[in-house]
Amino acid sequence: MPNAFWCIVEDDRNGSPKKVMAEVIGEAARLAPGRVEAVWLTDKASEAGLKQLGEWGAARVLLLENAVFVPYRSEVWAAAAADLAAKESPAAIFAPVTSRQREFVARLAARLGVGLSADSVRFAMDGDKLVATRPVYAGKLLSRVTWAKSPWVATLRPNVFRPADAQPGKTASVERPSLTAPGAQMKFVERREEVSTGLPELTEAETVISGGRGMKGPENYVILEELGRVIGAAVGASRAAVDAGWRPHRFQIGQTGRTISPKLYLGFGVSGAIQHLAGMRTSKVIVAVNKDPEAPIFKIADFGIVADLFEVVPELTKEFKKLLEK
Amino acid sequence: MKILVTIKQVPDTATQVKIAADGKTIDTTGITWIVSPYDEFAVEEALRIKEKRGQGEVVAVSLGPDRVKEALRSSLAMGCDRAIHLNDAAWSAADTLATAKALAAVIKQEAPQLVLCGRQAIDDDMGAVTAQLAELLGWPCAYWIMEAAIDADGKTVRAARQVEGGLEVFDLPLPAVLAAQKGLNEPRYPTLKGIMGAKKKEIKDVKAADLGIASEPSQLSIVGLEALPPRPAGRIIQGDVPTAVKELVRALREDAKAI
Amino acid sequence: MTFDLTSEQQLIRATAREFAETQIRPIAAEIDRDSRFPHETVKRMGELGLMGMVIPERWGGSGAGAQAYVVALEEIARVCASHAVVMSVNNSLYGDPIARFGTDAQRERFLAPVASGHAHGCFALTEPQAGSDATNQATLAVRDGDHYVLNGRKRFITTGREASFALVFCQTDREKGHRGITAFVVEKGTRGFTVGKTEDKLGIRASDTAELVFDDCRIPAQSRIGEEGQGFKIAMTAIDGGRIGIAAQAVGIATGAYERSVAYARERKAFGVIIGEHQMVQWILADMAVAIDGARLLTRKAAALKDAGRPYRTAAAMAKLFAAETAMKVTTDAIQVHGGYGFIREYEVERAFRDAKITQLYEGTSQIQKLVVARHLLRGDHGGA
Ligand SMILES: Cc1cc2nc3c(=O)[nH]c(=O)nc-3n(C[C@H](O)[C@H](O)[C@H](O)COP(=O)(O)OP(=O)(O)OC[C@H]3O[C@@H](n4cnc5c(N)ncnc54)[C@H](O)[C@@H]3O)c2cc1C
Ligand SMILES: Cc1cc2nc3c(=O)[nH]c(=O)nc-3n(C[C@H](O)[C@H](O)[C@H](O)COP(=O)(O)OP(=O)(O)OC[C@H]3O[C@@H](n4cnc5c(N)ncnc54)[C@H](O)[C@@H]3O)c2cc1C
Ligand SMILES: Cc1cc2nc3c(=O)[nH]c(=O)nc-3n(C[C@H](O)[C@H](O)[C@H](O)COP(=O)(O)OP(=O)(O)OC[C@H]3O[C@@H](n4cnc5c(N)ncnc54)[C@H](O)[C@@H]3O)c2cc1C
Repeated sequence: MPNAFWCIVEDDRNGSPKKVMAEVIGEAARLAPGRVEAVWLTDKASEAGLKQLGEWGAARVLLLENAVFVPYRSEVWAAAAADLAAKESPAAIFAPVTSRQREFVARLAARLGVGLSADSVRFAMDGDKLVATRPVYAGKLLSRVTWAKSPWVATLRPNVFRPADAQPGKTASVERPSLTAPGAQMKFVERREEVSTGLPELTEAETVISGGRGMKGPENYVILEELGRVIGAAVGASRAAVDAGWRPHRFQIGQTGRTISPKLYLGFGVSGAIQHLAGMRTSKVIVAVNKDPEAPIFKIADFGIVADLFEVVPELTKEFKKLLEK
Repeated sequence: MKILVTIKQVPDTATQVKIAADGKTIDTTGITWIVSPYDEFAVEEALRIKEKRGQGEVVAVSLGPDRVKEALRSSLAMGCDRAIHLNDAAWSAADTLATAKALAAVIKQEAPQLVLCGRQAIDDDMGAVTAQLAELLGWPCAYWIMEAAIDADGKTVRAARQVEGGLEVFDLPLPAVLAAQKGLNEPRYPTLKGIMGAKKKEIKDVKAADLGIASEPSQLSIVGLEALPPRPAGRIIQGDVPTAVKELVRALREDAKAI
Repeated sequence: MTFDLTSEQQLIRATAREFAETQIRPIAAEIDRDSRFPHETVKRMGELGLMGMVIPERWGGSGAGAQAYVVALEEIARVCASHAVVMSVNNSLYGDPIARFGTDAQRERFLAPVASGHAHGCFALTEPQAGSDATNQATLAVRDGDHYVLNGRKRFITTGREASFALVFCQTDREKGHRGITAFVVEKGTRGFTVGKTEDKLGIRASDTAELVFDDCRIPAQSRIGEEGQGFKIAMTAIDGGRIGIAAQAVGIATGAYERSVAYARERKAFGVIIGEHQMVQWILADMAVAIDGARLLTRKAAALKDAGRPYRTAAAMAKLFAAETAMKVTTDAIQVHGGYGFIREYEVERAFRDAKITQLYEGTSQIQKLVVARHLLRGDHGGA
């Protein structure tokens, strides 16, 4: 459909779209009611996954199903998606911010010769033009940007946009456009799994717990992990904790680590250095526990407790357990 | 092996940024400029590859106004062999695509076997130029690289990229583009000798016309910058630990609806 | 002289600052508390080229000028005065005189390892009875064929315990007074050379201050730097340059304390406003800023004169005097701005205050600097003013 709002599907690599797609589709539907289409590049889509996209509000699913799309390679994805875009002329192409979408969408925009707004946190129509808002300068300012021509390509920061409510029974028409699968130059060698902590991925989690230098040592993170399991939170760290070797650096939150924007951020023994704030200040609700009442993190915290974290954390775990058992 | 590294000069993260009078750019007075930290990982990796192979050339390229020379000089001080400065008013409102086009044009002239970039520039944070460069060049690309090793023949690079849940390892035929992620290496400090030697190294000025690039309007334009909306004032929860924790859990549940 | 740093000096400053912030700051309080010599970071400073900054490249140094040197030294001192004094002694008091007065063979053997940061040097002039009056040397060196035999003791020698080489000043001819003083390099491990007591100090606690003892210590005549009787001139030339370094150290200490005071004045509240809104606090901060800028300019001027090959003895004395007095005043006031907190170990201004004091003492006390300035101005040398 010309002028559709495309939503590029991020999936769990097992045939189902990730939950963040409800946010992308929800926002696209708000801007372009009835014109939302999901575009899914995958080796295998599940029936349940296709159904899910329909329930979230996609009118049509363009399914590019081919083994060549896995593992993901930007060269292959961009070529296939650009061909399809040339045929379909979408008005906009949206994708959630994930490590692969970030690269893919940038490459696609270059191939289409159009602008890109990465990591957008707000959209508005200004007449017949889309205006996106995105954080810049480590989240210290917001920049409003607009495109010279469509398709308007953008990635959307997770946990910012209101997710679409699933409407049971609503379905999308599924089309499988023909495609000449482009060859890949880069060859897959292997995948090395991270040792799973059983907790959600840092950048995707709705709740993030962060432990700083105040944790005193690597052995103490178990209390945060226990709290994390109770409330379904990812556990991250400040650079001080990462530099001390207490946590692998992929758990680092901040300017030189992961940028997160969860619904709830809980910082324990984190002072709130500007570089740390840069990675989490857009969290919806910020809780800080620090024994130093002057710690800068209290300046941006919605709720603070001035106390020893080693007393607070077990108590919190207990209280949340009680609450969630109800 | 010739390696090209793209570097962007950005405001130091500790500096306060203020919106300029035009409402679209920042007031640059009093700003301390640094090389974007991810680009330092790229420079370091390029230098290590060169050192490991015992030969080669590392060329640093940056697009931006006159002040960008400082950033190039610091890359030369770290050990890059020479630098190219894309310095032309035609690029003063370049978006990622225009930036990538200019860089791609230089890369075509220089014909390196490997291009190393940063994961993202920490001011505009698009994380796009690297992929766009690869597209314009038609080269393979790997993002968020945690490891990179060139094979003995210098024909492929084996790179491990960070993705949610793990690392994916690929062999990319050269030439290729890689985006450096933190953790790839620990960038060196420039030594005094390196700093003193940098002034003898060349920084070549390149204009748009030298690359045969006609000025075209940016595909993405900035409408305006705005300050963050102020956060509602926070609240320190008083009381002994059990009382405070109970109140926190209640407030998160009932007031903030965060749990 | 221009006020702007060259782009090279800016890069040197940025590197020194980044190094100080990321490598030194995390350990600065702890090495002060434990009086621990920071081998790891000093070694890395050597690798960066800071430990032999002013020594020509030919002898393993970086070949930077005095201006670049004071800029870098200030950055190091801003974070840790102990690291700064180790750097300053290696460069100005040990390295520079050997580069200037040594033979090529001596430079190869005694200078190259120190300039490249692989080993440290120290400068041994002071004796129990010879402090301000350095002419009153009692350590004796007696010629014996191809050797000299040294007897005596040196006191308060910075890096005395850690150094591999000592530049030692001895009397070779008592009759001639200070014209009978001669300089030697003594290597660690030489028979008859031992390190005595390491002092427990108020400030610069991570730098070791030791006693050197010479007891029938035989050293080859090739270890003599310059001619017999030239030692006092060598010492004074070294100290003239060294004073510029100490001035930079003082400016750095003051700057660190000042920055923390400004930050504190923005955060701490009293009587319902941040203390920076109180006029008397503003007054203190303004005085600090003016004095530091004055001290920095005097220091840069002395360095510029040295770089230009012009006389700088008076300018160096002026800079050291003013910078040291400024450091003491600024760090005292920094504690004032911090109130009671400033008196507590956890706050860095407490360390800055203790570290500042030494700058008024070593390489000539403040009184001695006044003496030097006055003596020269009466002869018509106004320090290039
Ligand atoms: C270029 C650069 C990039 C950087 N990038 C990042 C980044 O991406 N992410 C990042 O986090 N940092 C980053 N930093 C580092 C940042 O400046 C801070 O040093 C770091 O965030 C501090 O971590 P912290 O809060 O854990 O430690 P600290 O600042 O040491 O704070 C520890 C806190 O724990 C509290 N505490 C101690 N014990 C207890 C207890 N028992 N109970 C309660 N509270 C306690 C203390 O009061 C203190 O406030 C960067 C720095 C630079 C220079
Ligand atoms: C005065 C001014 C006006 C601007 N106007 C616009 C505008 O109208 N529209 C708009 O979209 N943007 C505009 N910008 C922003 C600017 O164009 C962006 O910096 C550019 O889009 C690159 O994106 P990025 O910095 O997010 O780089 P990223 O995509 O995050 O960078 C990834 C990597 O690419 C390389 N790289 C990026 N930029 C450069 C560079 N300049 N030189 C060398 N390597 C580089 C680096 O290796 C970097 O790590 C303006 C900037 C200024 C200062
Ligand atoms: C931590 C530390 C490190 C040191 N490092 C070194 C080193 O590496 N190498 C080295 O050789 N020495 C070193 N010294 C020694 C230092 O240079 C001397 O302590 C200093 O020169 C003062 O000498 P003094 O202690 O004997 O004091 P004195 O000379 O006894 O002075 C006592 C007081 O009398 C005043 N005074 C003396 N003469 C006059 C005068 N003519 N007019 C006016 N007032 C006068 C002084 O200003 C001072 O106030 C170090 C000292 C310390 C404490």
